[in-house]
Amino acid sequence: MTAAALTEPTRRPLLRRLRAPGGGPLFTAAVLLLGALVLAAALAPLIAPHDPEALDLRAPLAGSSADHLLGTDQSGRDVLSRLLYGARTGLLGPLLVVGLSTVLGILLGTVAGWRGGWVDTLLSRLLDLVFSVPGLLLAIMFVAVGGPGLTTPVIAMSLAYTPYVGRLVRGLARQEKARPYLESYRVQGWSGWTICLRHLLPNIAPTVLAQSAINFGYALMDLAGLSFLGFGAQPPAADWGAMINEGESALQRGAMLPALAPSVCIVLAVVAFGIVGEGIADRLARRER
Amino acid sequence: MTRYLLGRLLGLAAVLLVTSFLVFSAVHLAPGDPVSFLLKGHPATPEARAAIAAQYHLDDPFLVQYLKWLGGALHGDFGRSIQFRQDVTALLGSRLPGTALLIGYAAVLVCVGGVLTGALAALRRGPLDRLVLIGTGVATATPPFVTAIGLVSLFAVQLGWFPGPGSTGTGLAGRLHQLTLPAFALALTLAGLLARVTRSAMLDELAREHVEVARSRGVPERAVIRRHVLRGALGPIVTVGGTTLAGLLVSTSIVETAFNVTGVGQLLVQSVTAKDLPVVQAVTLLIVLGFVLVNLLVDLLAPLIDPRVALAPGDTA
Amino acid sequence: MTSALSKTPPAPTPPPGTALLEIDRLSVRLPAGRAARPILDEVSLHVAPGETVGLVGESGSGKSVACRTVLGLLPEGSRAEGQVRVRGRDVLTLDRAALREHRSRRAAMVFQDPRASINPLHRIGEFLTEGLRAAGTPADQAAATAVRLLDAVGIRDPHGALRRRPHEFSGGMLQRVVIAAALAGEPELLVADEPTTALDVTTQAEVIAVLTRLQAERGTGLLFVTHDLELAAAVSDRIYVMYAGRIVETGTTDELFAHPRHPYTAGLLACTPRIDPDAPPPRPIPGRPLSLAEAAPGCGFAARCAFAEDRCSVERPDLRPYGDTLAACLRADEGILS
Repeated sequence: MTAAALTEPTRRPLLRRLRAPGGGPLFTAAVLLLGALVLAAALAPLIAPHDPEALDLRAPLAGSSADHLLGTDQSGRDVLSRLLYGARTGLLGPLLVVGLSTVLGILLGTVAGWRGGWVDTLLSRLLDLVFSVPGLLLAIMFVAVGGPGLTTPVIAMSLAYTPYVGRLVRGLARQEKARPYLESYRVQGWSGWTICLRHLLPNIAPTVLAQSAINFGYALMDLAGLSFLGFGAQPPAADWGAMINEGESALQRGAMLPALAPSVCIVLAVVAFGIVGEGIADRLARRER
Repeated sequence: MTRYLLGRLLGLAAVLLVTSFLVFSAVHLAPGDPVSFLLKGHPATPEARAAIAAQYHLDDPFLVQYLKWLGGALHGDFGRSIQFRQDVTALLGSRLPGTALLIGYAAVLVCVGGVLTGALAALRRGPLDRLVLIGTGVATATPPFVTAIGLVSLFAVQLGWFPGPGSTGTGLAGRLHQLTLPAFALALTLAGLLARVTRSAMLDELAREHVEVARSRGVPERAVIRRHVLRGALGPIVTVGGTTLAGLLVSTSIVETAFNVTGVGQLLVQSVTAKDLPVVQAVTLLIVLGFVLVNLLVDLLAPLIDPRVALAPGDTA
Repeated sequence: MTSALSKTPPAPTPPPGTALLEIDRLSVRLPAGRAARPILDEVSLHVAPGETVGLVGESGSGKSVACRTVLGLLPEGSRAEGQVRVRGRDVLTLDRAALREHRSRRAAMVFQDPRASINPLHRIGEFLTEGLRAAGTPADQAAATAVRLLDAVGIRDPHGALRRRPHEFSGGMLQRVVIAAALAGEPELLVADEPTTALDVTTQAEVIAVLTRLQAERGTGLLFVTHDLELAAAVSDRIYVMYAGRIVETGTTDELFAHPRHPYTAGLLACTPRIDPDAPPPRPIPGRPLSLAEAAPGCGFAARCAFAEDRCSVERPDLRPYGDTLAACLRADEGILS
């Protein structure tokens, strides 16, 4: 909202002070949890006890049993299997969002910060404009035009997250450009692109990475919200947000697990990404000092 | 001051203009013939096609269409809802009070709950502080629809204190009772965020020397907290509080859907699902308008809170 | 510690009934684990009414902690032993109301950085009258006092200044405002913690002049804390030198300059640059000050002392009289410094 150059990740103060002093055990636990999630997503076809889309209309909303550890949903599908498969879209979506927004943000931010002048003004205003539209609203607009599914929300969210990275990279690029070591390359007649690729980007990469890691959890939350609204992965595919939506009616009939299990997964994943992202940012801040 | 305000209002108008253009173009960006797109799911009689074409001025050049639509929008005419077969403005009018009440309720919860919790944590260090940190950490990582699930299962299904999704209350008290769970679901994430901001802003202030100076001069502790610590922390609290309230405008669509509240947010989701584009356009513009207005308000408050903040024109968006 | 030499000598006390401030064997400790040695270790000092006393030491010597205890301000989580008596009443045991009364009427403090001392969001007038208002003075009376004080410290247009904000003043002017605020309650005792360190040299002289003039006019006792021995000498009647939480030497300014007994005092004198063409070039004290994480069983300065013997790092020196000064050095009577 201000024109001041950003040179630190925008840290929504999520879990900044939750870390145990020293940052050790909680950080490790978060990394382990994320590792387990990734494994679960990767190995879902091997470890899922049932076909996530196999209906069993004779046993809807069955409670926890040896056969269905987390019970079944209103269509008799195994909740645990759907949870494991749901981890795939649950993680792939934010990964794409973070990847795309990082690439786009680095590109726009570097060009704006390095070129300066009217290019900078134009790109900065553009980023500010996107920043002034809430990401969720942008995604809803996109879905209204492009239809629901995995692709449309991911593209919209990538755009919405680009300003976070772009404004950061722009600030960093301007700051680095003014430093003598880059100036000496310029004086030696190196081309701007070569300097940016070989010297600027490697130097600002860790800070950008920290910002992207922080963004991951939020992207996960936003995308899950979209699929809760029915704008994400379409039925019968397993998806956490959609599972919560479907599980809500089951809740009124006394079956907790179909809605609560994916809820817990989302919160745990977001908390873990928050801790890891803040941890990286803290480590960077300490190294800078 | 006037110049600054003028600059800000111009910037605001620019954002709205660009957004309205994008929102309008959306219809034409959609693949296929706009008429059949707008009619999707409804019988495409020649009369209906002609009515749509006339309503959207589809026979005019694109820019002319946009200007005509914009002119209508400025007069509060957003066309007719395809889904509800009703004027969009009237439809919005009937949905707005519910959403306004919900957002107001949640905003009070966020501000009071967030600031009080954060202040308490900052002033009473130790176990309570740690508890607040963990609690707000989890709260900020819990999206509203997850909170909704938790609240419904506990308070509506198990305890039965509050009505579940889909019920309607009568009278203000009944409405508020019905909106309590949605408001808490809407508020929790943002209240956690505001509590954290309040806490760290107050801790920053507590560490400042002028606080110690005030104490060294025999100013009573309550006055030190009020006049120095809270006063100094007000800047960050208002800034984040503003973004938070703006965030409510968007999250409300999720919460209204989860609790089946007949409001603008739910209308937006229904309209997107039904491809009811005139409604989508109107609601989107309304939310963006609310968003930029709240941001403007926060920026105008900033120099009142901290006299060192100079009002600089040209700092828009 | 068992040797006969380390038996505690009588604390240097002023003639009874004459002291304004008496700090009596004050020790301040952080909880175990946060520090290896006390922040203050049996510090005793006194200030008579109208007297100016310098407290000199490097950063980390504990001088700021010591002077803050006069206002009843202790570091968070610390424990204090001993007494800090102002007009005979121990500040550390005052209840809340009495402490407020003490702070608003009897003692006041001028802090190091005026820009940090004044709430940037308040007007100068609010800052000046805050202490008076807290003590129950009516608003108009407090404002009148504020104008009189601003005039006394040399602020032009005192009426207008009341409505201005801190960021509109220079550092030197702000420190004058802080001094005016400290004098608002007409305290008998003023504590100045490095009041000119944050200012540039010419401003320093002006601020010191204002401070000493007002102090002399009002007969206020002044405890002047600084790391600058020359500055302390220019202002003070007597000087205490602190090192690693202890008073290592004290005496009248002239005596201390003429015959320093402690190698640390001598070192401080030697590292001050002189303008005199015949003066030797400044010699720094080797090593660095003892941090809170380090404990020294013997003399805290032994590790940096050119005259240290083996016993210096084992045996703890106490303050003892040598001529007209008191020094805490095992070799003070050996004439090592002459």
